Amino acid sequence: MTRTNTAGADDDGAPAAELFDVERHYPGGVRALDGVSFRIGRGELVGIVGPSGSGKSTLLNLLGMLDTPTGGSVRITGFDTAGLDDDGASALRARSVGFVFQQFHLAHNVAALDNVADGLLYTGAPLRRRRARARGALERVGLGDRLHHRPHELSGGQRQRVAIARAVVGDPGLVLADEPTGALDTASGTAVMELLQELNAAGATVVVITHDRELAGGLPRRIRVRDGQVESDERAGGDGGGHVQG
Amino acid sequence: MSRGSGRGPRPARLSPADLVRTGASGLRARPLRVVLSALGIAIGVAAMVAVVGISASSRADLDARLASLGTNLVTAAPGESLLGEAATLPKGAEDRVRRLPGVRGVAQVGQVEGASVYRSDRIPEEASGGITVYGASLDLPETLRAHVRTGEWLNRATSGYPAVVLGATAAERLGIARIGPGTRVLIGEEYFSVVGILDPVALAPEMDSAALVGRDAAAGRLGADGHPTRVYVRAAPERVAEVREVLARAADPEEPFGVEVSRPSDALEAKEAADRAFSGLLLGLGGVALLVGGVGVANTMVISVLERRGEIGLRRALGATRRQIRGQFLVEAMALSALGGVAGAVLGALVTAGYAVTRGWMVAIPVWAPTAGVLATLGIGAVAGLLPAVRAARTAPTEALGSG
Repeated sequence: MTRTNTAGADDDGAPAAELFDVERHYPGGVRALDGVSFRIGRGELVGIVGPSGSGKSTLLNLLGMLDTPTGGSVRITGFDTAGLDDDGASALRARSVGFVFQQFHLAHNVAALDNVADGLLYTGAPLRRRRARARGALERVGLGDRLHHRPHELSGGQRQRVAIARAVVGDPGLVLADEPTGALDTASGTAVMELLQELNAAGATVVVITHDRELAGGLPRRIRVRDGQVESDERAGGDGGGHVQG
Repeated sequence: MSRGSGRGPRPARLSPADLVRTGASGLRARPLRVVLSALGIAIGVAAMVAVVGISASSRADLDARLASLGTNLVTAAPGESLLGEAATLPKGAEDRVRRLPGVRGVAQVGQVEGASVYRSDRIPEEASGGITVYGASLDLPETLRAHVRTGEWLNRATSGYPAVVLGATAAERLGIARIGPGTRVLIGEEYFSVVGILDPVALAPEMDSAALVGRDAAAGRLGADGHPTRVYVRAAPERVAEVREVLARAADPEEPFGVEVSRPSDALEAKEAADRAFSGLLLGLGGVALLVGGVGVANTMVISVLERRGEIGLRRALGATRRQIRGQFLVEAMALSALGGVAGAVLGALVTAGYAVTRGWMVAIPVWAPTAGVLATLGIGAVAGLLPAVRAARTAPTEALGSG
């Protein structure tokens, strides 16, 4: 069932992501994912944990619609990705998915405000509104006083906060953070994780992809991946709540 | 690609301003490379604008000169008779021509054979300086629109006296820049007072190296035979062709084929046409420079796409469609090329202005030249950017982000 609702997908109760028996095989017999199923509800904070080569990056690409499965189905905020062409997937990414990368991927010569505003570029919002919302997003991540700083004028932790602001500026239904602390020192990494938890507490659905078991251990739900399959799916303290309480 | 189209969300369109902004963002990040790769385009456009501008300025100058000199001057000179002998014009030619309809003014000169001009009798005879002596009618300056630079033209009184007016080059060769009461030159056996010096005469350059004496003096003192060697006719502008037609017969009714009729302004036009052929060649060279510049832009864009895979991946992750990525790189290539075009148009205009000023011309750059130049560079940018833009759009976002 593919929903024809185009505007209000984020507003109703559809899960942020649903994977059913997903396979991603590459030519030459490499099975990056082999029968993966799980469901991520609205407002969850989930860690997808696994060593390199476990298939977690493939999982990230499928959740972000940067790649398509060779079998099974992937639904993002209610939309079956098999029913989307490249334009449709792009449009859904623009509206419903925010990415945070290990290497930040910020434009060098561009002020923080405009880096964040670019998170809305492909939604069709006019520049004035993009900048207004970017200002709000930077204030949410605690960089309200760094609007006009360029990335090289910011610390690594601050850069990652800018990237997070860019990911959440459009209030997407799903935030995907790929090793968000991988390029940061411990203190900055901790701060970034706290920020993600705060955003989650405020309602954002956040998926953190990491190889770091310790980092994932602090998350309310952990999906362990190994050899292209889900090894375990566990919730902290059995409470299954939306966020961690310390 | 086709499955499910029409269902699900549709991408938003980028506004033109956003399209230009994304295209320009890549250029702003690498200013030095922009300058270097736009340079070829700039040189090409500058060459073309300068060629067109210089040629137009020269044309405008010629038009202005022709307008003041008039294209209605026609001359009759002896050519060859039907038998191939040197012809002469009969003595009454000037009066007959004057009676033609459409003739506004006539003057004649008759060359004094064998007369040479010297500064003094100490100068050896062979150093005659190539100055030709003419007996001239009194309305010669008026007919030729010749200007007496210093002194005055001959009049009825001085026409029979040993008085002479020198052409600009003749005066220079004789070393006479100013004239006083005692300024004289030796013509034949007799000293002639120099009463005036002419400015160069554009339509009758033969006057520049001439020493002009009155017709009476030429006949009485220098032994001229009285035959005109050239008759200058100023026709009514709308009747030039008509006058030209009948001039030979009027000048010499018995042997009209021995009369050579010409219009001096044609020679200036012909020189201009020769210059145009030369500018065609330069224009071609400018085109080659433009082509090479286009290849430079294409090369820069190919490298840029390879270097910016991360940016492409990020933009795809932010929701850019393939078409939007393609548009961004296409606009970037066009902006890069047009930047060179604008710089080239300005440079070409400056070169034109500089050249025109040194030549004493007015600056005339036709608006279409820089406009066409900049438009052409937009086209070149689009062609040069097409392949790199398509490659950028085809880059898989997973590869571009370095994950997979």
